[in-house]
Amino acid sequence: MTDVLAPPAGPARTRRPSGGPFRLSTASGIGLGIGLVWFSILVLLPLAAVVGAAAAGGWSAFAGTLTDPQTFAALRLTVVEAVLVTVVNAVIGTVVAWVLVRDDFVGKRLLDVVIDIPFALPTIVAGLVLLSLYGPDSPVGFNIVNTRTGIFLALLFVTLPFVVRTVQPVLLEIEVEAEEAAASLGASRFTTFRRVILPSLVPAITAGSSLGFARAISEFGSLVLISGNTPYRTEVASLKILKFLEGDNQAGAAAVAVLLLLVAVVVIVGLDILSRRVARRG
Amino acid sequence: MSIEISGINKSYGDFVALQDINVSLPTGQLTALLGPSGGGKSTLLRIIAGLDTADSGTITIEGSDATALPPQKRNVGFVFQHYAVFKHMTVAKNVAFGLEIRKRPKAEVTRRVQELLELVHLAQFSHRLPSQLSGGQRQRLALARALAVEPTVLLLDEPFGALDAQVRKELRDWLRRLHDEVNVTTVFVTHDQEEALEVADEIVVINQGRVEQIGTPDQLYDEPANDFVMGFLGEVTTLGGKLIRPHDVEITVMPQHDDAIQGVVSRSLRVGFEARVHVLTDDGEEVSVVLTRSHARHLGLEAGQAVWVRPEPGALAVPSLRAVTA
Repeated sequence: MTDVLAPPAGPARTRRPSGGPFRLSTASGIGLGIGLVWFSILVLLPLAAVVGAAAAGGWSAFAGTLTDPQTFAALRLTVVEAVLVTVVNAVIGTVVAWVLVRDDFVGKRLLDVVIDIPFALPTIVAGLVLLSLYGPDSPVGFNIVNTRTGIFLALLFVTLPFVVRTVQPVLLEIEVEAEEAAASLGASRFTTFRRVILPSLVPAITAGSSLGFARAISEFGSLVLISGNTPYRTEVASLKILKFLEGDNQAGAAAVAVLLLLVAVVVIVGLDILSRRVARRG
Repeated sequence: MSIEISGINKSYGDFVALQDINVSLPTGQLTALLGPSGGGKSTLLRIIAGLDTADSGTITIEGSDATALPPQKRNVGFVFQHYAVFKHMTVAKNVAFGLEIRKRPKAEVTRRVQELLELVHLAQFSHRLPSQLSGGQRQRLALARALAVEPTVLLLDEPFGALDAQVRKELRDWLRRLHDEVNVTTVFVTHDQEEALEVADEIVVINQGRVEQIGTPDQLYDEPANDFVMGFLGEVTTLGGKLIRPHDVEITVMPQHDDAIQGVVSRSLRVGFEARVHVLTDDGEEVSVVLTRSHARHLGLEAGQAVWVRPEPGALAVPSLRAVTA
């Protein structure tokens, strides 16, 4: 033992093994394997199959489906409605979360539970619920069936909890002291909200908005009853897909599905970039 | 007088947090509000800053009544125990916050931020985020942010409470030097008597919502108003029914003085450079005595040894009211 005075080797766990930068231990290797297989069976392979089905008819069939005026109208309606709903949710959801966290009032606990009802209801029931109050036999004289307002309302209903539930825990974590510090530095309540609170909330708001948007472009159950499904006016993409399938047009259905997928990815990535920008700006 | 606190009362339900507090804090001084946790000192500080409101009483800052003013209008700098920095802003942005609120010209903001960051030794970190700083650095950042708006008074709520012992000590010395440099009227809350004695010009001892004593560190240590202040500002032991500091007890192995009380050493231990000896007197009192290690070795103090103890001539002794009732 001549090397007792040699400097000790660095702690082994901080050193990467010589096999390469991403060598995994057996346990995490198995974990990653299970995760990937699971994810593939459930998500990746079906997605690939849909893309494959859309591509099966060739590019011209794909483009032809999407440029068909009726399909295009359905897609546009879906995206526009989803964007509007997302914007409303981002604002109202934040307000509701704020009220639930910061204010004390009778029935607060109840409201906190009720928020989840749109989550818990099967969406066709959600459609039924809206129909009973705002349908043809509306007791308040407000019929939304077969209108774009009806679609808007139904989408708002089913996406209501997303932003509330993502913002709420973040709002609970925010230190009140940072707000007090801002106040003693001379910031008004509004400035404090805009410059101190909002930047911390933005990631949660975007996460909730992304979920809500994805849900809105894919919503089906509640719209079956309410939208009326009139081509060019109240036909949405998910119902259009159903129509294609009923007409035995697999490639058409897959083409719309792929486009919806693309829109969802673009919006979710876009919102993520936006949230990083805003959070950093302060 | 920079801050005039008069007749402040504050209760939370049945709990009385502050009871008839009257304190004057002169301009330019560094004052410590010292007391045990839950004694009301932080509440008083928050009332001065306008972050809490008193049930009754008035706060006057630099001659103008601030009782009804919101925190935004009091022009006080406030430093929190847990820093309360703006996590999403860089160090420089944090310091600039108050100046931007006041709509100062950009060039002035940049210059002032640079000055302050140099003052708190964070100039090289100006582009970092607070999460990339240590606790001590974050607290210095919070201090710079509070000083940026040139506050009339600087209030610090247990500013070093969340830091480890070594950093605490460093920051304590640094705060004292900073205060001498900047010379802003400063009030800080602490439950650490050593911190208060070392840093403050004046100490206000607050306990159970009341002011126990106000004075310089020397006054408080040498002439405590009561047994609480004596007990809180340093170690105490009882000898002949009186409170006395353990290092003020004279211990001998021979009966040299008439007023000495006989006892037996029950325990003797060494802590660093000093020796602590516990003596069980014939009257049944357990007296603890602190002496230097060499002195203890010279006397040969060991458990079972017969000794005589008495207060050193001129030692401070306060009647022990609470010890008797306790």
